[in-house]
Amino acid sequence: MRDSTAAAIATNRFGLGARPGELAVCAEDPRGWLEAQLKGPPPIIPDPALQSTATMVATIDKVRAQNRLLRAGNPATAATGDARQNGQELVAAVMKLGEIYRPAYVGEVTARLRLASTTDRPFIERITQFWSNHFAVSVDKAIILGVAGSYEREAIRPRVLGSFQDLLMAVERHPAMLLYLDNYRSVGPDSMLAVRAQERAGKTLGINENLAREIMELHTLGVDGGYTQADVTAFAKVITGWSIGAAGKGIQAGGTPGEFYFRPNIHEPGAQSVCGRRYSQAGLDQGQSVLIDLAHAPATARHIATQLARHFIADDPPPDLVNKLAQVFLRSGGDLPTVYRALIAEEAAWWQPLTKFKTPNDYVISAWRALDMPIDDARKVAPLFASLGQRVWSPNSPAGWPDRSADWDGASALMQRLRWADEIGQRFGATVNAVQLASQILGTTLSDNTRVALTRAASAAQAVTLLLAAPEFMRR
Amino acid sequence: MDTLLMQRRRFLQGAVLATGGALLTTRLSFAGTGGDSRLVVVIMRGAVDGLAAVPPYGDPDYAHLRGGLAIAAPGATDGALRLDNLFGLHPQLTFLRESFAAGELTVFHAAATGYRDRSHFDGQDVLESGVIVPHAAQTGWLNRALAARPQAAGHGAERGVALGSNVPLLMRGPAAVASWAPTKLAELDEDTLQRIADLYSHDPMLGQRLGDAQSANTMAGDESSGMMAGGNNRYEELIRATAGFLANDAGPRVAVFDTTGWDTHANEGGARGQLGTRLGALDGALRKLKTQLGPTWRNTAILAVTEFGRTAAVNGTGGSDHGTGTAAFLLGGAVHGGRVISDWPGLSAANLYQQRDVNPTLDVRAVFKGTLVEHLGVPAGALATVFPDSESVRPLRDLFRA
Repeated sequence: MRDSTAAAIATNRFGLGARPGELAVCAEDPRGWLEAQLKGPPPIIPDPALQSTATMVATIDKVRAQNRLLRAGNPATAATGDARQNGQELVAAVMKLGEIYRPAYVGEVTARLRLASTTDRPFIERITQFWSNHFAVSVDKAIILGVAGSYEREAIRPRVLGSFQDLLMAVERHPAMLLYLDNYRSVGPDSMLAVRAQERAGKTLGINENLAREIMELHTLGVDGGYTQADVTAFAKVITGWSIGAAGKGIQAGGTPGEFYFRPNIHEPGAQSVCGRRYSQAGLDQGQSVLIDLAHAPATARHIATQLARHFIADDPPPDLVNKLAQVFLRSGGDLPTVYRALIAEEAAWWQPLTKFKTPNDYVISAWRALDMPIDDARKVAPLFASLGQRVWSPNSPAGWPDRSADWDGASALMQRLRWADEIGQRFGATVNAVQLASQILGTTLSDNTRVALTRAASAAQAVTLLLAAPEFMRR
Repeated sequence: MDTLLMQRRRFLQGAVLATGGALLTTRLSFAGTGGDSRLVVVIMRGAVDGLAAVPPYGDPDYAHLRGGLAIAAPGATDGALRLDNLFGLHPQLTFLRESFAAGELTVFHAAATGYRDRSHFDGQDVLESGVIVPHAAQTGWLNRALAARPQAAGHGAERGVALGSNVPLLMRGPAAVASWAPTKLAELDEDTLQRIADLYSHDPMLGQRLGDAQSANTMAGDESSGMMAGGNNRYEELIRATAGFLANDAGPRVAVFDTTGWDTHANEGGARGQLGTRLGALDGALRKLKTQLGPTWRNTAILAVTEFGRTAAVNGTGGSDHGTGTAAFLLGGAVHGGRVISDWPGLSAANLYQQRDVNPTLDVRAVFKGTLVEHLGVPAGALATVFPDSESVRPLRDLFRA
């Protein structure tokens, strides 16, 4: 059914902002345009230069091992007693880590923008970024700089059109998550290793409950999901041993370097009770069983439904709608495409365009799509997101970036967008007809006020700036 | 040890008694001059380890509970900076220690908001909204207080400024506030700006933001270099801008900024290490702020607060997990300092909150309320809307110089 307002909603709110020509195609059947994107495997990023997490972590481990040797005293320099030279080598070694992380990060950010700005399945890309943020890792932790991109490509991207359970399982086993939330070296207090450490060295090892808490609070049940501190502690014990493989000898060795590895010797033995259920499985099975139950819990359905509705419909989605969506999630066993279809079928999603203020990430991607910009200097891409207030993969907590207008619509943030819009206007003004482009990408949401302002602009460059500054381009 | 704790309890009882009676009518005269007072709120996001920032080295359970995280007693290598027989400051907090000696720092310990769970996000929401139920309010206590405060003549429409791209919940609400972040992109020309303002004439929200941004930019002063996200210059631009806003007599009186990196689940370190480095960076930034504020420092108070504390015991990965009671700081030329205010609950197993956290004995809202009334001249009658349902939490008085 032809509907141009619905097309503006489909391309901007569900998609990533229209590319020239996209709106016209979408308008033939906006809901059908979205549903068609759910078919087929999710798009991947075809860049052979990007490294896997395993390669990256194995490289980092190697460099760190060298650093440890340095710290223990380089025999060459220790012999001459030249402590200063030793110190300089240490500094150089730490710099070397940065030289490994940074190019990887820049490559990943650029590849992601390239896909987002050109994809003809923008709905799937938005969904991918939604899940990547739901299961956030942050480059605020230095090592994550090296693996945030590969984490998204490996754990999230291939599973956004599958079941929530599979997605959850892949995320919580991924080395990036185990590193980010510290679980890789959380030790069961009664595990073989802890007992031995106590006996031999009088050293007490124990759990770190960071990942267990955030799985319950942020990834599944939600903060009001009915779990207690005791549940968090028990769950933390359940997932002791969920770790990362490492090369070499000694207690760290085992598994494939840089890949998920279950370490039986630090796993807390025995049954645990989590959220009223007893888990007596041994080893890895125990944690997987808890995750499966968490994936299908009613509180999880509600939490995910709320997040999705907030992202795709409005900051404060109607409670009835959230309930309905949660029911679909539960009844389908967390089958994600079924949930997305319910979202598309929801009448309230189509009532009103422009209900969400764009995040800086949305804003940059939509500008790239609208103007069909090339990425001519990859070094500038990552700093751009940072200067607009949303450095890619750097939320300041595991909750991910916030998703309401009030979190993004500060005066200073707006001014930064406008300065960038001005720069883009000056670069592309000569080749773009802003008046034509405006109706191509904004359709019926283009206001008369903006149309007139673009017509009367002092220059072609200024017209492009005004288009990117327009209220209807600031929202989705 | 027992006597020490007893003394502390007695001291605090004295303080509590003093806050009883006619506290709400104190300093009425001050309210008139409150127009010169400056307040900076530093939100330390991520739950600062109060047992590391302000180690109770004199508590008999402290050293063994903390293991590798314990800070040694004053006098030892890398030992705490002594405050009294029970408490010290983390050895990296040298400026705070000097301020304490100068009578310009008050430390609160075993403090917490009314929130008793362990979610950062809910905890921060409660800290900022001033409402006990997470996410129940869309405005922050500081903004509501600013709206209730009599506006002194002769300064601009904006009563506060948020340093950062966006406005934190603490500063959202009915009172007009500015926000400011450093920039590297070039400024727009007048004509383009005017046209954008016209574009926004039918959009109240964007129109307002654009106006706010323009006035904030003229006030922050020099903005030559962008702020680096990490590294040693982390706070430099931020501090320069904060001082620029507050030292301006026509500018906002209240500034808020965020600091992060306090969620130390692993490798927290003791006297040296991750947390020590971060504490040291913040301490250095506050020292710079004092210098750059010049004579305005005399009228300034800085509140540094976090959403909750961390576990009393070290965890399995050389860090600490989410806890409850923690430390808070009130610093500045206007502060009646040189004091630790704490009804210290002790760290013995029986005294810990839920057998794991520092038991909170001081509601930080008492500090906030005292600061609003005595320092900013917010009418005491407004406290009921600023901090709803908290009548039993009386404002702490005598926190500021007369």
